Amino acid sequence: MATPIKDVVLDENRPKTLLAEKHADFIIKLFHSEDNYEFAITDYLRMSGMYWGLTALDLLHKRDKLLRVDLFDFIKSCQDPESGGISASLNHDPHLLHTLSAVQILCMYDKIDILDIEGVVKYVASLQQPDGSFSGDKWGEIDTRFSFCAVATLSLLKRMDSIDVDKAVKFIETCKNFDGGFGSRPLSESHAGLIYCCLGFLSITNRLDIVDRDTLAWWLCERQLPSGGLNGRPEKLPDVCYSWWVLSSLKLLGRLHWISSTDLENFIMACQDGETGGISDRPGDVADPYHTLFGLAALSLLGYSNIKMVNPTYCMPQEVIDRLGLKPQVLA
Amino acid sequence: MSDSSDEEISQQKWVFYKDRPDWKDVEPIPQDDGEEPVVTIAYSKEFTDVYDYFRGILKTQEKSERALQLTKDAANLNPANYTVWQYRRDIIKALKKDLREELEYIRQTIRKHSKNYQVWHHRKVLVEWLNDGSEELEFTKSILETDDKNYHAWQHRQWAMKTFKLYEGELDYVDSLLQTDIRNNSAWNQRYFVVNNTTGFTDVVLSNEIDYTLNKINIAKENESAWNYLRGLLLHDKEGLSKNQKVVKFCEDLYNSGNRSAFLLALLVDMCDEEITQGSGDVLLARQKGIDLCKELASNYDTIRCKYWEYMANTLEKKGTGTDEACTSSTAN
Ligand SMILES: [Zn+2]
Repeated sequence: MATPIKDVVLDENRPKTLLAEKHADFIIKLFHSEDNYEFAITDYLRMSGMYWGLTALDLLHKRDKLLRVDLFDFIKSCQDPESGGISASLNHDPHLLHTLSAVQILCMYDKIDILDIEGVVKYVASLQQPDGSFSGDKWGEIDTRFSFCAVATLSLLKRMDSIDVDKAVKFIETCKNFDGGFGSRPLSESHAGLIYCCLGFLSITNRLDIVDRDTLAWWLCERQLPSGGLNGRPEKLPDVCYSWWVLSSLKLLGRLHWISSTDLENFIMACQDGETGGISDRPGDVADPYHTLFGLAALSLLGYSNIKMVNPTYCMPQEVIDRLGLKPQVLA
Repeated sequence: MSDSSDEEISQQKWVFYKDRPDWKDVEPIPQDDGEEPVVTIAYSKEFTDVYDYFRGILKTQEKSERALQLTKDAANLNPANYTVWQYRRDIIKALKKDLREELEYIRQTIRKHSKNYQVWHHRKVLVEWLNDGSEELEFTKSILETDDKNYHAWQHRQWAMKTFKLYEGELDYVDSLLQTDIRNNSAWNQRYFVVNNTTGFTDVVLSNEIDYTLNKINIAKENESAWNYLRGLLLHDKEGLSKNQKVVKFCEDLYNSGNRSAFLLALLVDMCDEEITQGSGDVLLARQKGIDLCKELASNYDTIRCKYWEYMANTLEKKGTGTDEACTSSTAN
């Protein structure tokens, strides 16, 4: 009984080379649009949105096109003086996701000192739970994503000493599944995005030894579909952001070469918008900064020469990680 | 239908908050913190109006009926705005609102935005406040009817089951999902979740689960989820991966019948690998068999992952010849 595989078919007339200039224009346009209304309605995810856009530009060697002083004023104003956490934008509550995004942006621009760093450290530490896990904000939602955000933030600030790392590792270990993957909580289904979070976490804490390396790497390889794209779970459609999460995970496991890089490259190229620039989740869909960043980052890991080298743990330019003297674990 | 109350709202003529006499006392606060729009979403004037007033009440910390209604409009326009939900909960607490009513409201909202983190979290908080999870199985089931792999729904269901001990009947439910879609990886995972949290993988349970899984593999032999579940089961077999006679015979019969599913061959490779490592049986034969299988996979049955199969062939080649230490580093690129 043969069931057709859930996948997409790449069009003959698809883009086949990197449209770097167009992608840079796409991002810059988003940042410079005079249409204030668009700006107003995306405020709930602005900090992360800025991280996606600015990192994408940086990977394209175009960082200087967006050097704006008000960017730093804005980030500074999003830090909550009481908790120390950083919000998506003004009039929002602080959240761990946006706290990490802000710290990532400021590290890229070497401007971390504008923050109340002790405040950030205190905020992140306050979110650790008795079982070692982290909640995303004061409302207490627990998810392995937040474990990653916590250690990524603290390691960029060189303040890993402020949390109980062993307990945090133990929690991640309880989220390891029978197929070698990781989910959002203990016994939750394996999911490529959460696998990336857990491996990124273990890379930062130098504990990749707890992973069933080849079992997990094989599961990750299985995510590649005939179109070349990667999905996030069995029987799901391929998606550029999952391509990054699977690929960076394989990189951390030292098994990047197990998938077909040519096929994946073809798939990502096909997700470019030849007119507006930018990259979408699948061929023909609307481009956005999120998939643009992860598409470019995946191409960087594949060794694409016109894109800066990306660090697989932090999804930031490798040169920034080097400048900070960080050496997250990567298995050979 | 069931979502009628919200449809009524959208059918009524929309009046901007700025034109409502009973909102005259609130000062709207426009968004003015820069000019970099980051993500494009279709814009509406209604949106700006509602959010200007939302910022207005947020600033004065007004907790009233009208403020509650305003958060509903704001959440409708953008359910991903986490601040709106947090403030809505603040109001609910302050006004001591009927939590059952709120539960019904969030049920309708989740039906419309079932892939949104915030709406699910709102429901979880309400269920915690009520300390009653009796509606959660039916509710998540209704969401899974339209999307049987919805990660949020599964996560919420598992949370409720664990918190309120609601495991009864779950394996039957999982079975019914697998009858509809035998490849539903979420359902296979749920099977593991239930067994693990109830009986555990005792010898009897393990044997039954293996029978169940082999039956499912017989129906669809290219089903990654079922093969992965089988491997998960064998982790609980004290003898290891390669000694369960039922599984070994099943795999050999399947192979001899001409089946070349990549998942079957992959399991056979791992069985050979384990035999070599344990030094049990004819190691040389197992090694040759394993290497041949890897070559078949690399060149015919799973060519997209040929690098993986070459690596496995290489690993087997070196195993048992005293150089197994070297094999991990030599193939990394
Ligand atoms: Zn995506």
